[in-house]
Amino acid sequence: MLSFEPYGNPTYFALLGVALLPLMIGLLYGKRSRLYETLISIFFLVLTFGGPKWTQGVALIIYILYEVALTWGYAVYRKHQNSGPIFYLMVILAIAPLAVVKVTPAVENGQASLIGFLGISYLTFRAVQTMMETRDGTLKDYQVMTFLQFMLFFPTISSGPIDRYRRFEADYRSVPDREKYLGMVQKGIRYIFVGFLYKFILAYYFGTMLMPKLQLMAMHARGGFLDLSWPVLGYMYAYSADLFFDFAGYSLFAVGTSYIMGIATPMNFKQPWRSPNIKDFWNRWHITLSFWFRDFIYMRLVFWFMKHKIFKKPTTTANVTYIINMLVMGFWHGVTWYYITYGLFHGCALVINDTWLRYKKKHRASVPHNGFTQVFAIFLTANMVCFSFLIFSGLLDKLWFH
Amino acid sequence: MDIKQTVLDILNDLTGSDVSGAMDDNLFDSGLMDSMGSVQLLLQLQSQLGVNVPVSEFERSEWDTPNKIIAKVESLA
Repeated sequence: MLSFEPYGNPTYFALLGVALLPLMIGLLYGKRSRLYETLISIFFLVLTFGGPKWTQGVALIIYILYEVALTWGYAVYRKHQNSGPIFYLMVILAIAPLAVVKVTPAVENGQASLIGFLGISYLTFRAVQTMMETRDGTLKDYQVMTFLQFMLFFPTISSGPIDRYRRFEADYRSVPDREKYLGMVQKGIRYIFVGFLYKFILAYYFGTMLMPKLQLMAMHARGGFLDLSWPVLGYMYAYSADLFFDFAGYSLFAVGTSYIMGIATPMNFKQPWRSPNIKDFWNRWHITLSFWFRDFIYMRLVFWFMKHKIFKKPTTTANVTYIINMLVMGFWHGVTWYYITYGLFHGCALVINDTWLRYKKKHRASVPHNGFTQVFAIFLTANMVCFSFLIFSGLLDKLWFH
Repeated sequence: MDIKQTVLDILNDLTGSDVSGAMDDNLFDSGLMDSMGSVQLLLQLQSQLGVNVPVSEFERSEWDTPNKIIAKVESLA
């Protein structure tokens, strides 16, 4: 039986094109066929999770039933009551499968958990978010079928972008007018072609051609200070370029396909390499993830800390929460020393960045701001980010401990 | 108490600068506001005006200029 990585090869794109054609004609004539959309969703889900990966498919089905039961149950409960402990319990239950999947390799010698499947993180983000908005009362009209479509929307199921229930629902329940839809198709097709350039040419060059050679050279050049060498530096840049082009390429495919289906899934990258500071970098890099963390972890924690007056100064609250937020992000990537260090590194970077921004605001007259400082800021930020990706890459782990 | 004036006072206090001369400027783009400032704003709205805004109601693009914030608060008050 056929089995594909999403957007992995030309056959997948050919099938995608054929499957989307009837849907496009329908949207052009102002019609959205729920039945057809559901059928192609199931078709592509079977391609991704069927065949040799059927165990993942089973895990996905059980997981979805579990999350539907939780979110639906909570939505019904929330109509009548609103207890804090029940809400926390439901969130913990919703996160539990993901936590098991993330912790299992660390305690079982790298063995993957049986309940895991491609995309479990991204589905968990969507489910938890739905629950939190239900708790806030901003999401009043939870519908099981919409929730299923939202969770199982096949273009974004494996690695995001992470949409929001209410935003998705608004798109899903309406049909864009012809002019708007043609604009979306045009954009969608352009995104997919830029994605080809990113993923199949640039990421291939950096990731498949360059990185293995540099890694070999770096391993041979061990012995100096902290086993560092010029190839390690080369690897740092090649890895960063690969990470960006691979993931931005994938995201363009996912967003492009969504647009063609008349759903304006939010963008994941916005020229991250021109950020003048780390704070701005997180507004431009893996945006839907960092905004998810901002809205559902950072802001909520800050709100809770300030409401209960845990810290005297707002700056302390902000700093502590930065560190917690980025540490959680580190743990989410996986329970290894280098992912957690990566999170801690970005937490500290945000604290330092914020302190500097406050200083700059206070001493506006004495801090120079011109073309040169701007270029320097961009250069410094890009290099800090690349260094954090070197930590993230795990190369240091190989250099030092293998 | 006038809602507009109260919101402006809160904003001036939070941003450390007078925003009343630039009512349509994006506070996030200019770096005057960030997530921390947003939460402080929500807490101040709650304590000073009794307007309850849950964090998930805070869609940044709807709250990014003084004028938009005032309009939002007036619609919620």
